[in-house]
Amino acid sequence: MTRKLITGLLFVCASAGAQSSPAVAIVNAKIVRVSGPALARGTVVVRNGLIEAVGENVAVPADAWVVAGEGLTVYPGLIDPLSTVGIEGAPNAAATAGRGGRGAATPATPAAPAAAPAAAVERARGPEDRPSTTSWLLAADELQPTDRRIETVRSAGYTTTATFPTRGIFAGQGSLIDLSSGEKAGDMVVVTALGQYISLSRGGGFGGGFPSALMGMIAYVRQIYLDAAHYQLVKDAYAKDPRGMERPAYDRALEGVLASKRILFPANRLVEIDRMLRFAAELKQPVVIYGGRETYRPEAVEVLKKAGAPVLVSMRWPEAPRDPNPEDTDSLRVLEQRDKAPGAPALLEKAGVHFALYTDGLEQPRDIQRAVKKAIDAGLSREDAVRALTLSPAEIYGVADRMGSIDKGKIANLLVTKGEIFDDRTSIQMIFVDGRKYTPATDSTGGGRGMTTNPPGGIQ
Amino acid sequence: MNKLLLGVLAAVAPLWAETIVIQNANVMTVTQGTFKGSIVIRDGKIVEAGEKVTVPEGATRIDAANQYVIPGIIDCHSHIAIDGGVNEGSVSVSSMVNIRDVLDPEDIAIYRALAGGVTTANILHGSANPIGGCTLPIKLRWGKDAQGLIFEGATPGIKFALGENPKSAGNPQGGRGATTTVQARYPATRMGVEDVIREAFNEAKAYKAEWDEYDAKVARGETSLIPPRKDLRLEPLKEVLEGKRYVHAHCYRADEILMLLRVADDYGFKIRTLQHVLEGYKVADEIAAHGAGASTFSDWWSYKVEAFDAIPYNTAMMVKKGIVVSVNSDDAELMRHLNTEAAKAMKYGGLTENQALSLVTINPAKQLGIDNRVGSIEPGKDADLVIYDKDPMSDYAKVQKVLIDGSVYFDRDTDISQRAAKAAEKQQLIEKEKQSQPRQGGRGAGRGGQGGQAQ
Repeated sequence: MTRKLITGLLFVCASAGAQSSPAVAIVNAKIVRVSGPALARGTVVVRNGLIEAVGENVAVPADAWVVAGEGLTVYPGLIDPLSTVGIEGAPNAAATAGRGGRGAATPATPAAPAAAPAAAVERARGPEDRPSTTSWLLAADELQPTDRRIETVRSAGYTTTATFPTRGIFAGQGSLIDLSSGEKAGDMVVVTALGQYISLSRGGGFGGGFPSALMGMIAYVRQIYLDAAHYQLVKDAYAKDPRGMERPAYDRALEGVLASKRILFPANRLVEIDRMLRFAAELKQPVVIYGGRETYRPEAVEVLKKAGAPVLVSMRWPEAPRDPNPEDTDSLRVLEQRDKAPGAPALLEKAGVHFALYTDGLEQPRDIQRAVKKAIDAGLSREDAVRALTLSPAEIYGVADRMGSIDKGKIANLLVTKGEIFDDRTSIQMIFVDGRKYTPATDSTGGGRGMTTNPPGGIQ
Repeated sequence: MNKLLLGVLAAVAPLWAETIVIQNANVMTVTQGTFKGSIVIRDGKIVEAGEKVTVPEGATRIDAANQYVIPGIIDCHSHIAIDGGVNEGSVSVSSMVNIRDVLDPEDIAIYRALAGGVTTANILHGSANPIGGCTLPIKLRWGKDAQGLIFEGATPGIKFALGENPKSAGNPQGGRGATTTVQARYPATRMGVEDVIREAFNEAKAYKAEWDEYDAKVARGETSLIPPRKDLRLEPLKEVLEGKRYVHAHCYRADEILMLLRVADDYGFKIRTLQHVLEGYKVADEIAAHGAGASTFSDWWSYKVEAFDAIPYNTAMMVKKGIVVSVNSDDAELMRHLNTEAAKAMKYGGLTENQALSLVTINPAKQLGIDNRVGSIEPGKDADLVIYDKDPMSDYAKVQKVLIDGSVYFDRDTDISQRAAKAAEKQQLIEKEKQSQPRQGGRGAGRGGQGGQAQ
């Protein structure tokens, strides 16, 4: 009796939250589960935002709205492991450490101050001023469901993004969000705190001053971690016995750092990958490398493997400048970068390095499809490409228990296509986010440039 | 035989051979005279050097008939192999930064310097601040990772700078070529430079006292202590006070040189080297009395107002006053011919050939405290060697081979023989890119790659 009541109550709560009580069943479709072998002809049942059942012989519930799946393929919704979608006006996350690719790194300046954190000191005189630091920010607190990019990337098949604040050196913590629309921001959040986004470029709006060079930024990060450890020590001692002890001052920059269970470090070149992996080990922080342009080099694969660190590889493959100075010839190293970078995912897969692909500001479905296709043409199998966009990012953030594959009980984030994903002629038929069905918006740009904010440094 | 050896060298570069013998060479040891003979290398070290040596069985032989061997050149002042800016110019005291963190082992300047006979370089922070960043000597082990460059066991340093650069308003941010500048910051005068250094050491002394007290308590067995906050800015200055870190001070004028020596005496530390020290000849006695080394340019002058009193005789005059003097490059191009930079002191001031050669070998080794390892050709030292085709003090001399730790890191013949292949490789990539470009705009990018390497 009580039990029935509770179940009933839960049902009411759940349906109130998701506003979608009737089930949806996609029948007779090819189902690429990712966690196991694909089903040539199977059924997925979605209810209350979750996958209720999946398999070859699944009974279709009587109340289900049935989608005839003949000729359709169902994939788990794509997950972008590093994004700014949902924070309006945010610059794209970029790995701009040091000199990447051609020319000087262009620091990602924000397009609009919409997400601007509290103004920092005008001109930092040293680490004590906590320059370029908003480590306490949580993307979940900054979300704006009105961000138009939510619909754009969802139309490319993305159902989930790991959205990070990206301004400054300690930018804040990312949150995992489901790209539903028209909801309260809080409904979108899957995981509130994914880890601290660290960049080695100064975001705009922080004033001049320390640090200005790469070595200053590294020194600053190191000092922050020393300070955080000391802060914790003093705080603990004070909590234990405050009598006769000077009260430690509250430091939100250190609080934010201490609350972060992993850090994201930028590294594109082999030298940077090696440097940042060593640095993370020195700081004793679990690290995720982002950028990864030179992960096609065996030495890079080797150091990543040795460190056991996952890498988020940017799908913004290096390209030749559009209007190059005819007098300029690129160095062999730069030419090689452009030639080999898309081959990196295949090599990482082969070597068993944990990696995922991130859009790095690519938004338009066609651009994303092309970028993935480039990696496939360079040797990555289609299955592994799908995995690098679904289950692998989920695993990297420790959320494979709720998303990343088509399994019973996981969040109903699905992508339904006509044709094989990442083919030229493939069309996305529908997208399910938290069990709600969306149809893709038409590609407004007709291909080509999809950038609405600043490009990341040194690539284009 | 020779051909076979080159084949081997080309196949594995750098080559690690257990035992190598360089034969029939004019060996300029720097510390133990010059002779025609051989050098035996085992496990990266020089084991024997002399007119007659015992050639171990199975040794790889390098025939250096009519050629010259010198110890690897050491550059006491270089800014190569640094990523992301040479200066942390935003603050007057930037001792929290460390060149070690930003070494770039793939900077092509390393290979070029290597091809000029340099095997060790002191990689310095720039001169934007009275107290600059932490520095360290590296070996030019081209092909190794950043850790592999570090001169293991060498005493680290810190850069100081006096005069125009640290006091100039709006120092370049992030090194040369940077487009942004920082706002003017204190100090703006030479007086201010001195003040910044003194204030920093006042702080460092208090910081040291705090730590010394804590360490003493720990030593007495006291428990549940909270250590003082570790301050990366003051930590290196504490090390300077403890004699664990060398001060390399950029300076030009006699007055500022004397100022710095007085400050160091006041606070009880030593200036390890005065860098540039173009007016060193005016205060050579005082420099010698302090025990500071001097690392200067051969003949650069008048490029700015504080360099107007520079003279090319500076090197020789300081040598004759008993100062340990080196000639440095401060420049990736100059770095490639430090041998002839040193030779200029033979013309200006009449140093002997050996004295001149010392300026870029044993003397900088002494200045960096690594003369037990490098700087001369002696048994027990690292096999860091340069083979020239002619007398290295000559403009016509060309580097043939460079060895570091007994491994060949540069070989002229190999380099030349590989150029055509590299050029072809480059051309191939350019062609490939050209072919794929027209398709970029249309649908179905990457079609070209599909047939060849799909899955």
